[in-house]
Amino acid sequence: MVELISSLSNEELAAIDAELAHVPYKSAAAIDALKIVQSFRGWVSDESLKAIAHYLEMSAAELEGIATFYNLIYRQPVGDKVILFCGSVSCWIKGCDGLRSQITELLGVREGETTADNKYTLLPVTCLGACDKAPVMMVGEDLHEDLDRQKIQKIFASSAGGES
Amino acid sequence: MEKVLTRNIGADKPPTDIAAYEENGGYAGLRKALAEYSPEDCLKLVQDSNLRGRGGAGFPTGMKWSFVPMGDKATPGHKYLIANADEMEPGTFKDRLLLEYDPHQLIEGMILASYTIQADIAYIFLRCEYHVAAERLEQAIADCYAKGYLGDNILGSGYNLELLLHSSAGRYICGEETALISSLEGKRANPRAKPPFPQVSGLWGRPTIVNNVETLCNIPHIIERGVEWYQSLGVGEDAGTKLFGVSGQVNNPGCWELPMGTPIREILEHHAGGMREGYKLKGFLPGGGSTDFLTQDHLDLAMDYNVIGKAGSRMGTGTMIILDDKTCAVAMVKNLIDFFAQESCGFCTPCRDGLPWSSQVLGDILAGRGRQEDMHTLSRQVNFIGAMGNTHCALAPGAMEPLSSAMKYFPEDFRRHIDGESCPMCDGGQSDA
Amino acid sequence: MPKIIIDDIEYEVEAGNNLLEACLGLKLDLPYFCWHPAMGSIGACRQCAVVQYLNDEDTRGRIVMGCMTPVSEGARFSLGGEKASEFRATVIEALMLNHPHDCPVCAEGGECHLQDMTVMSGHRDRTYRGKKNTHRNQYLGPLIHHEMNRCISCYRCTRFYRDYAGGDDLAAMAAHDHVYFGRHEAGVLESEFSGNLVEVCPTGVFTDETLVKDYTRKWDLQSAPSVCTGCAVGCNTMPGERYGRLKRIHNRFNVEVNGYFLCDRGRFGGAFVNSEKRLKFSGLRDTDGRFNAINRDVALETSVAWLAQSRVAGIGSPRASVEANYLLRKLVGEDNFSNGMNDDEAMLVAEISQLMLSGRSPPPSLKKMETADAVLILGEDVTNTAPRLALSLRQAVTHNMAAELGETLGLQDWQDAAIRNLAQNQRKPLYAIAVKDTRLDDIAISTSAMAPDDIARLGFAVAHFIDDSLPPVDKLSDRYSNLAQQIAKDLQQAAAPLVVSGTGSQHVGICQAAALITRALQQTNTGVMLSFCVPECNSLGQALLTGGEGQDLAELTVRAIAGEIDTLIVLENDLFRRAGSGQITQLLASVSKLIVLDCVDTETTSMASLVIPVSSFAETESTYVSSEGRAQRSYPVFEPADDVLADWQWLLALSRKLGKAELALIEHFDDIVDACASEVGALSGIKDAAPGADYRLRGMKIPRQTHRYSGRTAMHAGVQIHEPKQTQDIETPLAYSMEGLNGNEVGALLPYVWAPGWNSNQSLHKFQHGVGGALKGGTAGSRLIIGDGNTLTAESIPGPFHASVGEFLLVPLQRIFGSDELSMLAPAIAELADSPAVFLHPDDAIVMGVHQGDGVVIMVDGKEYHFELGIDDSLAQGCAGFVCGFQDTNNLRPGDSVCLAKAQNWQHKKPQVISTDGGSRHV
Ligand SMILES: Cc1cc2nc3c(=O)[nH]c(=O)nc-3n(C[C@H](O)[C@H](O)[C@H](O)COP(=O)(O)O)c2cc1C
Ligand code: SF4
Ligand code: FES
Repeated sequence: MVELISSLSNEELAAIDAELAHVPYKSAAAIDALKIVQSFRGWVSDESLKAIAHYLEMSAAELEGIATFYNLIYRQPVGDKVILFCGSVSCWIKGCDGLRSQITELLGVREGETTADNKYTLLPVTCLGACDKAPVMMVGEDLHEDLDRQKIQKIFASSAGGES
Repeated sequence: MEKVLTRNIGADKPPTDIAAYEENGGYAGLRKALAEYSPEDCLKLVQDSNLRGRGGAGFPTGMKWSFVPMGDKATPGHKYLIANADEMEPGTFKDRLLLEYDPHQLIEGMILASYTIQADIAYIFLRCEYHVAAERLEQAIADCYAKGYLGDNILGSGYNLELLLHSSAGRYICGEETALISSLEGKRANPRAKPPFPQVSGLWGRPTIVNNVETLCNIPHIIERGVEWYQSLGVGEDAGTKLFGVSGQVNNPGCWELPMGTPIREILEHHAGGMREGYKLKGFLPGGGSTDFLTQDHLDLAMDYNVIGKAGSRMGTGTMIILDDKTCAVAMVKNLIDFFAQESCGFCTPCRDGLPWSSQVLGDILAGRGRQEDMHTLSRQVNFIGAMGNTHCALAPGAMEPLSSAMKYFPEDFRRHIDGESCPMCDGGQSDA
Repeated sequence: MPKIIIDDIEYEVEAGNNLLEACLGLKLDLPYFCWHPAMGSIGACRQCAVVQYLNDEDTRGRIVMGCMTPVSEGARFSLGGEKASEFRATVIEALMLNHPHDCPVCAEGGECHLQDMTVMSGHRDRTYRGKKNTHRNQYLGPLIHHEMNRCISCYRCTRFYRDYAGGDDLAAMAAHDHVYFGRHEAGVLESEFSGNLVEVCPTGVFTDETLVKDYTRKWDLQSAPSVCTGCAVGCNTMPGERYGRLKRIHNRFNVEVNGYFLCDRGRFGGAFVNSEKRLKFSGLRDTDGRFNAINRDVALETSVAWLAQSRVAGIGSPRASVEANYLLRKLVGEDNFSNGMNDDEAMLVAEISQLMLSGRSPPPSLKKMETADAVLILGEDVTNTAPRLALSLRQAVTHNMAAELGETLGLQDWQDAAIRNLAQNQRKPLYAIAVKDTRLDDIAISTSAMAPDDIARLGFAVAHFIDDSLPPVDKLSDRYSNLAQQIAKDLQQAAAPLVVSGTGSQHVGICQAAALITRALQQTNTGVMLSFCVPECNSLGQALLTGGEGQDLAELTVRAIAGEIDTLIVLENDLFRRAGSGQITQLLASVSKLIVLDCVDTETTSMASLVIPVSSFAETESTYVSSEGRAQRSYPVFEPADDVLADWQWLLALSRKLGKAELALIEHFDDIVDACASEVGALSGIKDAAPGADYRLRGMKIPRQTHRYSGRTAMHAGVQIHEPKQTQDIETPLAYSMEGLNGNEVGALLPYVWAPGWNSNQSLHKFQHGVGGALKGGTAGSRLIIGDGNTLTAESIPGPFHASVGEFLLVPLQRIFGSDELSMLAPAIAELADSPAVFLHPDDAIVMGVHQGDGVVIMVDGKEYHFELGIDDSLAQGCAGFVCGFQDTNNLRPGDSVCLAKAQNWQHKKPQVISTDGGSRHV
């Protein structure tokens, strides 16, 4: 069990501790802790999950139940940047399907997959709350609005062909 | 018209920081309330203002607050106020504006709301993808602590409030207020049965109020400027102003603050600039992805809760999605149903299994595998899933609204697919932007 | 009682019920899945929908969930109307979208609630044309089989496993129609109550792995009301048999005892009945020491010869029935009878029975204990000694708290999610005081691990703080003094405080302290409860039979050595589990003839001159007295094979041949019950445990077989084409037949549950008052202990425990899987039993220079015993905990101080095998 805790870094532990100050019992910080670890490591591995569960005095099963509920907790490795491609109604009306195919071709991945160079993971996302600028997507933390073929080409210029 | 909620927001204005906010009269409402009003006074003001919740259901805010046990009736312990900033309803993009460009307005509203119900801890439940809003809110909160608007003994009043920002981890269902509470507790975001209502047993079993961001942004103005002024803002039955938005194939998609009761035609034609060239209006969802379609015939209706309700739809979030003549209603509904099916929390049967079932039928229809009896199956599903009370929460009934109304208004689109005729809209491929 | 209207008919219903409960209570068929009578409502499945009308004018009404709708005066509903029916049919249709059509190969088939509800809801034609979702299954250990594709997401499994039973390694994962119920990774389910998933799951996701491997449909099982012999709680069971094999054990509802749930020892341990260690023929040892099979008559004649002409002694057994022990005692005479416990245990159980008899109120039932609002557990690891009780204690402190808080908001206690959310982690106080951590620590407000003497001292201190006229405990540390005061305060503030103690620590002072605390509390509170855990299914019956008198094993040994005993007859007792092998070997070697009756081969049978095969619990009539003092009748499920006879039949035959005048009038089982009841005052109530063999329901016997029981005449055709005549059961009201009525017979006689349209165990409500209420035929069992005394003198308080260097105090540790003799003969249970036998605190281990997995040597009576060492940081320092029931640990005597040394050349015995499902994996 000692190894489990030490597998979380001091920064991670400090950030989790800061969340613990605001909750009545440790497991209540589960989502925050998952997000913290993910922010450092990109995703939550089985080992990370067990370490977090142990630190929060909850079972791995319970934490897994939480982690797998939320779509932005990644239980599989993702690329350096996650592309959250909005497929909801306003973007769809504005032709997002075609743009998605464009990305798919450009990067050589389908939704749910990571490029071979590990730069991008393409994921579907629900309405990003920028429907007036549809179609939109997020790459990493950046929102890209009013997408069209040229913009997409530019954004992924360096990754075209799925390799770099 | 007087801009209220967006008075600090404009294309030419930078995001409002605390100095700019104060300069423009910010925190005056708070100062006034703490100095002059008791919590009961504040409650009365909000009740009298007729403010209705902007999160979609339009529930009167003052009445909601009045259920919180106060004084002797409150058992010892925390009370919570939560700002619902989970904005994820398809086609909805109004709270983002308020969060990113005027975070202090929300915070002031939250402090006032908290003061009214005597909450000592407040949360902003922010959807994960709103990174810009998160940054600005964090800064704003820090500034408020520094200025004594938050923390202990706010402005010397003896009232204490702690405000925390919680960034979510995804899932539309988190916007449902009881699911939001489950999520804040660090659990799976399954909604909870009501009763008990969160007002008596919410976060960690304690009295809790959940309000939409926009709702809370109204509070400082009501407190500062009074009920009469507030009611005079609306041009129809409902009070105040509202952020209305339009997305789809219009010339100028966007979001504007307009008086409650502004006619749809004005929003669509004047503010959104009418349909784009080459597109005609076929129908629209008046208030986000879980409202019923309305059509051309409804353009002269006022955007008021009851008016839209009587027309067979809901005002919802007030952000319209336009269905144009080049878009197949069946395909649009399928997109929406897929969204709701995907976002179902998986707790209750009609939603968890019923929505994928609807999606399968729609998918078959779109793919040319539809059968005559599929229309009957779809109506059955509307009956099955589409009424409040049939399901555990309002997600699934909301999902049925565009479906049932599309069947009513655009039967041709369904028929064409089922009869194996070509669908000019689907076959023509979607137009690129 | 409010009146409500359902489909235009007015009914009176229980106030506070929800509509689903009310309907089922009225025996109306309203389908449901997620609601459970013991776990309440959450409103997930939406299957129990009805239409509720607002008022008399309302003709449309709206859909509401029966399980979420409280009944109220004048409320009007439609259950059978089109709108409600159509909705329910669609719910089923939606649930069946992804449900595989694998009923023919599903272990739930024929007793599947989903099948029943599908038929009941009228869904027949499938319109869905999409693909079915599929999932991967998990290996969950030897008890539970997982088949996720069948899941209908009713959430019952996790609600039982986590919310009700406190298990934390099973959870709901993912969302929307991908919801998955399982562990975070494949592995053995950790909860001691995992077996209930089999009955809680309304379809075939969680099924009984042991049944899956040796399968029979429910309707082909022959069943009878039985009582679990796994421990002294006395849970009521329904074992099912086919082809002479015990196939599975299901829960038998007893509102006062086990309610709806069993522990895994009880559910899966009964499979020892099929063990290869079962004895089938009598065996006579020849001069070479080999056993030769002999027939019944020879066995009887041989025994009679040995018994008639010599000085005889008999050793009974706390795992044998009241009746068999009674007969043996009559046969050998009171002065020559030992109740079969070791001396310490006999003394403890006798003391406990005295404390119970002299108590102010009867020992509480499990159901009663679930109402406790403060619990002190003194020196007992309840989950391992009385597992089902642990489940009740969990409800007491969690559910009661939640229900009480809910009441303040006008919530009913069936609003399960609501009251849990309200209560969060708030619980009623529970103190778990034991020599090490326990499986209830997660719900305890305070836990303490201390040596048994210190536990007793803490108990006496609590008593003193409640009533300061009781003697104080000297030299009590501040920490324990504060703890004692806190416990005293919580117990005093409670309306229904409960003290649980027992033989687990093998320490009489602990039991006395527990009794003293209750007595002190009782001065101001009549709701106080005291419960003692005792070791075996009939330990208390033995104590009541002998009244604490009779020979103990040590005395018998002395007499034997002195040559005073020629023939010793031992009843269902492996003496090597009772005392050190030195003493037992000496005892057995000192008698010239040893007759052993047992159902399985043991170390003791292998020393016998004559071994006589007796029925297991599943093949005989018996009465056991539970730790509640409840006498309960258990019936044969099937007939014993070969030369096996019921213990009482052998003993009766012997006594007849021996011409025992006193027993001359006894012919049948009921006669023994009568004789024992009239002779032994403390046992007079056993007559009321169940009706006699002449009981008939509408003139008919109660069938053991379902009316669909198939192939009865062909079952043995592969061996014998002549149709065997159906055995007449003259000893019980039950018949080995499908004829007869299984309806509202006396509760103690319920052999299985089935009702038209309700093939699963959910049919139980048709046999109950209301739903969840007592069986219509009455609650099984009779309570023998009234507890109308109130004397208690302060006992002597032990001094504090001081560890001395190099010496360790032996303290017994109990294991749900491992400590019980017979269940360990069930392969699935044996697989779960862990191997280290002796445990030390890590600090002690460091001093001794030993590590986890090392061998250690302990000297007892000059003999060396080797054990595998485990490290347990929760164990009280200075103590060496040993796991009871393992071969060599039977030589260790609780309370002894022993030296312990590292064993040289120790080799690990076997790797720990954790899986047998298609190849083992080692850890
Ligand atoms: C599925 C679902 C999603 C919702 N999402 C949001 C949301 O993102 N933001 C919001 O303010 N309200 C949302 N709501 C409504 C909330 O449940 C709640 O009614 C609202 O936050 C109350 O605020 P108000 O009274 O200020 O309108 C949602 C409701 C449902 C059923
Ligand atoms: S309708 Fe049911 S399954 Fe759907 S989100 Fe609400 S509770 Fe979850
Ligand atoms: S039993 Fe009522 S909703 Fe499941």
